[in-house]
Amino acid sequence: MAEVEETLKRIQSHKGVIGTMVVNAEGIPIRTTLDNSTTVQYAGLLHQLTMKAKSTVRDIDPQNDLTFLRIRSKKHEIMVAPDKEYLLIVIQNPCE
Amino acid sequence: VFPASLKMAPKQQLRKQSTMASRAARKRDEDSVTEVGEGTDEWAQSKATVRPPDQLELTDAELKEEFTRILTANNPHAPQNIVRYSFKEGTYKLIGFVNQLAVHYSQVGNLIPKDSDEGRRQHYRNELVAVSYQGSQESAKVVVSEPDLLEEEEGPKEAEAETGSQTDVPAAEAAEKVTEEELITPKQPKEQKLTNQFNFSERASQTFNNPLRDRECQMEPPPRTNFSATANQWEIYDAYVEELEKQEKTKEKEKTKTPVAKKMGKMAMRKTTFLESQSDDITKVTQAAKIIERMVNQNTYDDIAQDFKYYEDAADEYRDQEGTLLPLWKFQNDKAKRLAVTALCWNPKYKDLFAVGHGSYDFMKQSRGMLLLYSMKNPSFPEYIFSSDSGIMCLDMHVDHPYLVVVGHYDGNVAIYNLKKPHFQPAFRSSAKSGKHTDPVWQVKWQKDDMDNNLNFFSVSSDGRIVSWTLVKSELVHTDVIKLKVEGSTMEGLDGLQLHTVGCGTAFDFHKEIDYMFLVGTEEGKIYKCSKSYSSQFLDTYDAHNMAVDAVSWNPYHTKVFMSCSSDWTVKIWDHTIKTPMFIYDLNSAVGDVAWAPYSSTVFAAVTTDGKTHIFDLSINKYEAICNQPVVAKKKNKITHVQFNPIHPIIIVGDDRGHVTCLKLSPNLRKMPKEKKGQEVQKGPAVEIAKLDKLLNLVREVKPKS
Repeated sequence: MAEVEETLKRIQSHKGVIGTMVVNAEGIPIRTTLDNSTTVQYAGLLHQLTMKAKSTVRDIDPQNDLTFLRIRSKKHEIMVAPDKEYLLIVIQNPCE
Repeated sequence: VFPASLKMAPKQQLRKQSTMASRAARKRDEDSVTEVGEGTDEWAQSKATVRPPDQLELTDAELKEEFTRILTANNPHAPQNIVRYSFKEGTYKLIGFVNQLAVHYSQVGNLIPKDSDEGRRQHYRNELVAVSYQGSQESAKVVVSEPDLLEEEEGPKEAEAETGSQTDVPAAEAAEKVTEEELITPKQPKEQKLTNQFNFSERASQTFNNPLRDRECQMEPPPRTNFSATANQWEIYDAYVEELEKQEKTKEKEKTKTPVAKKMGKMAMRKTTFLESQSDDITKVTQAAKIIERMVNQNTYDDIAQDFKYYEDAADEYRDQEGTLLPLWKFQNDKAKRLAVTALCWNPKYKDLFAVGHGSYDFMKQSRGMLLLYSMKNPSFPEYIFSSDSGIMCLDMHVDHPYLVVVGHYDGNVAIYNLKKPHFQPAFRSSAKSGKHTDPVWQVKWQKDDMDNNLNFFSVSSDGRIVSWTLVKSELVHTDVIKLKVEGSTMEGLDGLQLHTVGCGTAFDFHKEIDYMFLVGTEEGKIYKCSKSYSSQFLDTYDAHNMAVDAVSWNPYHTKVFMSCSSDWTVKIWDHTIKTPMFIYDLNSAVGDVAWAPYSSTVFAAVTTDGKTHIFDLSINKYEAICNQPVVAKKKNKITHVQFNPIHPIIIVGDDRGHVTCLKLSPNLRKMPKEKKGQEVQKGPAVEIAKLDKLLNLVREVKPKS
């Protein structure tokens, strides 16, 4: 447990990282470093997108699975790592 | 079946008819009595005629007059003038036929003929009763036979009755029955009471019926939920996989079914579930967090990653036969600050992972040790961290079990860390009891598994022992392979005791092909060629250096060639069959480590304490390094170790401040034989051996001359 906590802490303190959040299977944020409204918005939208991406991958080949999703935007990079029940979302500004 | 009364009817009719006839006869008798009776009396009393006083006096004519009477069957009371209106003819008509029958007496009987159906049924019923009362069977028979008797008796009685008075008959019958019953009843008091056939009343009463009432109640309806889902192909696949795993689990459970183990397992399960439930959201994202961390790092160090993958120094083309080192990532950790890098080792399986041993070479500043495993994918933080009380001096990773790391400590202990085990203690550790070294362990090396497939490794220490450690079950078993002695240093002790000065081993390397052969470098500067099977003597001795040997290393291609480096500033390349070195390079500073490149037989790297890395390619330049570059930030930092990555064109160097730097070799440093037109480029070990042999031959030819 402590190990994960530390890892999350390291990620958050890493250069350019704007926020990290853990979202459960229903798309409800469990922990976040951002403010409430932003978190809810990110969580809801990214959850949908990830599920769509996952089903796309799995529909093509059921033995395959989505392991990582990264979205590069003009301002940020949004990284989503889906685990069994949770999504870990990190927003980073790579050009900082 | 005819009712009893109907059956009786003909009999009765007969009787009635007969009675009628008798009456008529009596009437005539009465009449005749007056005449005939008198006559008979006269006949009997012989003319003693007594005339009643009121007798009519008749004349003879009157007496002789005949009166004729005819007895007919006509009913004198029956009307003879019955007329009925005939609609057919429209007139009243006389009915000729009149019913002459007159009924004087009738009675409904209850006698049943014996051979009728009803009679048989009754008989059957009685039998049943008789069976149930077996004790009083005989009396029952009497009872059963009673109606028969009665029937039999009736016949004669009726016959009598014809002569006697009619009204007497039923009374007599009843009387007789009563007497019979009276006779029978005392005989069997316990007998089921026979119902009186004539004076029998059944008594019954009806109780009050409770009025019916409806009562209803309603259950709470069972909870219902609506569930709907679409089953994808992959959901079906997942379900199957899950099911398969379950089956396998149950199989495994059945296999390991010792009750104690089971209990323990349960306990463990409970514990883990408890822990999990406490920290559900966190532990489950471990893997995700790891991936994210690497990705964040990839973004941050994107330029370095690009350089690592794609950058080739274009200047090399113009810099003939010289190369450069491009610094890539720097690995450092706060916990290992101020601890020198004492060992470096790439993981044989995961080519991006390497282990770093931290300790101290300074005798005065010995403290703790660290074992860190870094991945190039995450330069900011180590993948694994192990700390120890004593400084780590050397380490090695197992080729077949890349998760096993053996380390040698400054205090003489050896330990094995298992990366698969989550705790931060070594999986195995030697102790003072189990033959640990008494001086720092300078090098450890995994060996091939022994005959019993036990893991084993060798260690060398400055206490002069070379020890083979075998992992038997969960214990480290040690065997001294050889004890180093300095030859010719035997001193005569006071009482003629021979004292051997102990040789201090500092480095060793095992021959790639000849299994038993290995080299040991010592603090005295000598290199011994030893065999695992001879513990008493050396196969060969080389007077290699004037100071401690820091490293010895066999060439990865050429089986005869090895290399040694020393704090006496020199790197020497040897043919193990020849006692003098083939090449000697003076690097103007103590050489901490040397390493052969994995891609070429003629390329090697050496690091010196002045912070420089030297790369040699003998096929390009036999006399000088083709690259000579300071790679540490501060001049004070001494480089301690160097290692080539097995596949990528990079090296890692460690310094005494705990930093590890990754450097990329420029194209000139890994030049392959030039391609000639129309000729295939030859590759492979044979070519590499030939390449080095060619160089060595040059030297060999020169040597005799000199």
